[in-house]
Amino acid sequence: MKQLLSLLVRDQAGVLNRISGLFLRRGYNIDSITVGCSERPGLSRMTIVLDVEDKKAAEQVKKQLHKQIDVLKVIDLTERSVVARELALIRVNASMAERAEIDHIIQPFRARILDVGRSSVTIEVTGGSEKIDALIELLRPYGIKELARTGLTAFARELDVGQEAEMKDIIGTA
Amino acid sequence: MAKTAAEPTEPEGAKEQRLLTGAEILIEALKREGVDVLFGYPGGAVLNVYDALYDAGIAHVLTRHEQGAIHAAEGYARISGRPGVVIATSGPGATNLMTGLTDAMLDSLPLVVITGQVGTNVMGSDAFQEAPIFSMSMPVTKYNYQVRHPREIARVVREAFHIATTGRPGPVLIDLPKDVTIQQAPYVEAEALDLPGYQPTVVPNALQLGKLSTAIARAVKPVILAGAGVLHARASELLVAFAERTGIPVVHTLLGLGAMPATHPLFLGMGGMHGTVVANRALYECDLLINIGARFDDRLTGNPKHFAPKAVVAHIDIDPAEIGKIVHTHIPIVGDAKAALERLLAMPIDPPKADAWRAYLKRVAEAHPFWYVKTGDLKPQRVVELIDEMTEGRAIVTTDVGQHQMWAAQYYRFRRPHRWVTSGGLGTMGFGFPAAIGAKIAAREETVIAVVGDAGFQMTMQELALLKEYDLGVKIIILNNFALGMVRQWQELFYAKRYSESLLPFQPDYVKLAEAYGIAGYAVSTEDALTRLLEKHLFDDAPVLIDCRVSPGENVLPMIPPGKGLHEIVGTQPPEGAADVVYRFGSSGIAGQEVSAP
Ligand SMILES: Cc1ncc(C[n+]2csc(CCOP(=O)(O)OP(=O)(O)O)c2C)c(N)n1
Ligand SMILES: [Mg+2]
Repeated sequence: MKQLLSLLVRDQAGVLNRISGLFLRRGYNIDSITVGCSERPGLSRMTIVLDVEDKKAAEQVKKQLHKQIDVLKVIDLTERSVVARELALIRVNASMAERAEIDHIIQPFRARILDVGRSSVTIEVTGGSEKIDALIELLRPYGIKELARTGLTAFARELDVGQEAEMKDIIGTA
Repeated sequence: MAKTAAEPTEPEGAKEQRLLTGAEILIEALKREGVDVLFGYPGGAVLNVYDALYDAGIAHVLTRHEQGAIHAAEGYARISGRPGVVIATSGPGATNLMTGLTDAMLDSLPLVVITGQVGTNVMGSDAFQEAPIFSMSMPVTKYNYQVRHPREIARVVREAFHIATTGRPGPVLIDLPKDVTIQQAPYVEAEALDLPGYQPTVVPNALQLGKLSTAIARAVKPVILAGAGVLHARASELLVAFAERTGIPVVHTLLGLGAMPATHPLFLGMGGMHGTVVANRALYECDLLINIGARFDDRLTGNPKHFAPKAVVAHIDIDPAEIGKIVHTHIPIVGDAKAALERLLAMPIDPPKADAWRAYLKRVAEAHPFWYVKTGDLKPQRVVELIDEMTEGRAIVTTDVGQHQMWAAQYYRFRRPHRWVTSGGLGTMGFGFPAAIGAKIAAREETVIAVVGDAGFQMTMQELALLKEYDLGVKIIILNNFALGMVRQWQELFYAKRYSESLLPFQPDYVKLAEAYGIAGYAVSTEDALTRLLEKHLFDDAPVLIDCRVSPGENVLPMIPPGKGLHEIVGTQPPEGAADVVYRFGSSGIAGQEVSAP
């Protein structure tokens, strides 16, 4: 099952190593991981999408993360209502004739053309991962020359309410 | 993200403060933590530190290999309850510590380990004796640091000791580049600790304790599984009091041994792969399992599918990540074992109606003692028994890893806590002898006995040099079976007796070896000779090495074969028609004793 986690971590040397090393060592598969500044100076937010075996494994992941000294908060967004976005850059083959067609395809996705070359166009799209998957499938017939995805970044709606329940979970006294 | 740790800002008035080198700040910070002994080995990257140490008034033990230093620090920590402090140089000095770090991590031993590093100006350039110790040690430490400025040192040392010794203890490493140790800075007093991501839950949740007390009152077949968490929390007396109050029998893990006296009528012995039949039976048949500070290691549980299958499981642990990791837990209790036991003892718990259960377990214990067959030569089990009898289970015993370790666990009847030093989680050969050195340094007045195997001893025997030099009266007992005994046993049982690389026919002359290092050495092959030697040497304070030539081919039994459940224990009876069988209750105190209701 997919697990979506949001972490608040200390912005320390090696923190990304610690987290990714933990996943490697304990055999958890990472789908994506994004890191950047958070609203608090000195703290970064990591958004991690994992592929875990079951609920028990998902629980273990959270506990192991919480045990890390550089991790301040572990928020499980898996079963929460979230705002989540990913950005993708897609370069597709496009002759002059095909450009209008491509423009048409990407419209409903609110994607846009960022760069136009002699034989290709570069498209920017933002959204949930499934939406991006769908667009990529539609563009595939033209020939995808390059693809770069950022991975999902997310947080919960009404963060505070849910988080309390979450922390109890983590320390196992709920 | 910033590449380096944020530099602390200089406090007001820092300008007028005297400047110290990074090395001097380190030594001062160690002193303020109350460190009075270091285990280490110098080299280029830590020359400044050793220079500052020269007249600092802190004892330093120069082992002959960094592995020896860190295992000695582990032994020291296990016995004293205080963190062991280790120093090594960069590159090979630091990589030699990896085994010990991992060992301490798995067995939750508090260590503060300082490694030199090449200068920051050449870091990352594959400089001479550069190894990526910060990233290498990350997964095998509780936390680690790489210091970039001397102003950080005092704070980092303070945090390191705090992290190593609180919550679930563990090793913390500080990687210290050489230039940082010579640069000058004022001593910046560490302010209040700023570790927002590290707040171990010590006090257990009252609601959960309430659930446990209800479960206890309802149980008819309760058992306590007590692990090293009880010892780390210094809660042995509370454990005994709680068991007596409720009449609940106790099983120990390998590392928990000693928390409850082995002769206690509620003690069932060690559980797990080479545990007693009664301990494993209790774990299998119980209806309530109260785990206090054990982590359900696979050598204890056997196949987890068959572990305590009918039980309500309660688990008290300072580390929430251990709860529910291996065994499904109905009553999770995050907290310190001492805090939990104190509260439980203060609660009006109805003792369970467990008379029939205790009587049953007593019968099982009496019907299934340990056994061995006399063969005319010296039995390894008998060697441990003799030591147990002579020291009345009160000596400090360290072991290496293998058969001798299991025999020590089975036959040495610990009457006191904090007297048992062994490598449990990692099973590190080479651990036992240097650990005994550290133990002796922590408790100079005590008898310290290193029970080691012939193979494992050869992994760290260079530390023999320390006994004479530092006047350490460690008693080395080699259970010499001319084999990598435990490997040989598995090959006998599971590989059709194909003894691939597990026999050690060539051995050094240990007597001469001892003499070469200036200590007394003996080789014995009979019980009488051994008895005489022990009578003469066990109680003085001089080091001695006794090479005990024991029955080759002896196996450790009983045994839960790998992958099997607790109920599939084998080797519980001697072979049909075996002539001269010796039966021993070993460390299962319940056998042969009156067990009454609380
Ligand atoms: C460093 C290390 N290497 C290998 C092993 C695997 N191993 C476990 S027990 C054992 C044999 C130990 O032989 P010895 O020290 O003579 O003890 P015995 O079992 O004979 O009592 C070996 C090789 C280990 N535990 N540690
Ligand atoms: Mg051997």
